[in-house]
Amino acid sequence: MKQITVLSGKGGTGKTTITAAFAVLAKKALIADCDVDAPDLHMLLHPEILEKREFKGSKLAVIDEAKCVKCGACKEKCRFDAITQILIVDPLSCEGCGVCVVVCPTNAITLTERVSGYAYISKTKYGFMTHALLKPGESNSGKLVSLIRQNAKVLAEKEKSNLIIIDGPPGIGCPVIASVTGADAGLVVTEPTLSGIHDLERAIQLLRHFNVKPFVCVNMYDVNMDNTEKISRFCRENGIEVVGRIPFNSIVTEAMVNGKTIIEYSPQCDVAKEISSVWNKLCEELVLR
Amino acid sequence: MIVAVASGKGGTGKTTVAVNLAVSIEKAQLLDCDVEEPNAYLLLNLKITREEPVFRFIPSINEDLCDLCGECAYFCQHNAILVIPQKVLIFPELCHGCGGCALMCPKKAIIEEKHKIGCLKEGCQNNLWIVFGELDVGEPMAVPLIREVKKRIDKTRNVILDAPPGTGCPMIETVKGSDFCLLITEPTPFGLHDLKISVTVLEDMKMPLGVVVNKAGIGDKKVYEYCREKSIPILLEIPYQRDIAELYSKGIPFSLKMPGWREEFQKLFDDIKRLVGK
Repeated sequence: MKQITVLSGKGGTGKTTITAAFAVLAKKALIADCDVDAPDLHMLLHPEILEKREFKGSKLAVIDEAKCVKCGACKEKCRFDAITQILIVDPLSCEGCGVCVVVCPTNAITLTERVSGYAYISKTKYGFMTHALLKPGESNSGKLVSLIRQNAKVLAEKEKSNLIIIDGPPGIGCPVIASVTGADAGLVVTEPTLSGIHDLERAIQLLRHFNVKPFVCVNMYDVNMDNTEKISRFCRENGIEVVGRIPFNSIVTEAMVNGKTIIEYSPQCDVAKEISSVWNKLCEELVLR
Repeated sequence: MIVAVASGKGGTGKTTVAVNLAVSIEKAQLLDCDVEEPNAYLLLNLKITREEPVFRFIPSINEDLCDLCGECAYFCQHNAILVIPQKVLIFPELCHGCGGCALMCPKKAIIEEKHKIGCLKEGCQNNLWIVFGELDVGEPMAVPLIREVKKRIDKTRNVILDAPPGTGCPMIETVKGSDFCLLITEPTPFGLHDLKISVTVLEDMKMPLGVVVNKAGIGDKKVYEYCREKSIPILLEIPYQRDIAELYSKGIPFSLKMPGWREEFQKLFDDIKRLVGK
């Protein structure tokens, strides 16, 4: 089984548009939406939820007012400033470490499990999809990403699917690391802007750090040809293949407004054709056919 | 006053708004808290005058004192410590640095050691003070670095925080303690979906908020309908224009080149002041 992660470093470069198009082109791949903060893929693929499970990724300290003697030991030892002046736990800051529990002289604090989000297994027109929703402000998104990928793996084996396509989150932090580790390839979607280039370089470093083979695709390449050339040169010098240059076309937004992937909405447009070509190249690279 | 600039969806224009706002107002301090991908300085042609490493603490075992009792591993909620028959294994990428293991160890065999996670950089340009963090590639924990960036807040200035995308812990850490949060969105289904998630988070935090619609003219009108229903003020619209996109691609704040925009951003800041009551 092969796994490919679509990532970008910088947000808004077109990861989800491209992942959704891949889902259509691949026909029987498993799709994993690992952007748990802002999962948008469902708006293009319209999954029908088959299973929903609570995700308990972290704990929360709870103070029993009746036992609390207001000594402040918990506040003093908490490194996350999660206990306020009046000794109340701030759930947004609490990381559920349990230090307050052990320093409390009257055993007034306990850790309780909290539901941090939900993991879903769904069905789309183009195959199964695993995804999730992290409750706003919850931490441990890396753990939830791992769960989505685990669900995808189990399902792929059951369905005899040979490919998992992963839509990654922006950035290079914990959920991104969880999205790329163990993948066979990482497609970095970038745009020809200074920020795009800067973030592309960091995304490539990240993939190399975790031994994932990088590929690059320049989206909206015609917005700044000089920068597109810079990206090509950077990739050439670093031995990375640029597998596609997708033109800017407002039809992409139009397709999104209509809740459709670009392949369904306008199969003959320049964007759809270029994404299909990127897809074919990746398939060859991954020996999928 | 501290204003955070955030958005659920990436690439909606947080950095564009944060930078243009910072260069348009008096006595600003811009802190780029998107430490995974700090981009604000790219738009400012910044000369970095100060740079220092940032560390977090992870446990280290003194094997001479350790009797492998396992209290540390039992305590650790994040499974960052594993005790095997001859040894204690530490997984730094899972450690949140709470210090609990050192506290629990009956033999005092755990000390906390410095572990570099990134850099803090500073510079000044035309009376605008810029601070940003840069997370080392491969380091998963952004939050401790964001905390360090925020320690540089100078409350005598007009502080602008450029937040990382999403609504997870890095975004919360950035926005926490601000007087106002400006949410940047684009008028598309993705933009709206992620805006709604951000609004939920900020309402939970009881944070005053307003919206900037970027790339206005593309997509549909649903973002406007949503803001009207929720009585969320739309404080600025930036049209989707090729020249704005081109200036951004070259790393130039568009308000410096296009007439009238400096005033628009000043007005935006005045509106925020009015909404905060400062």
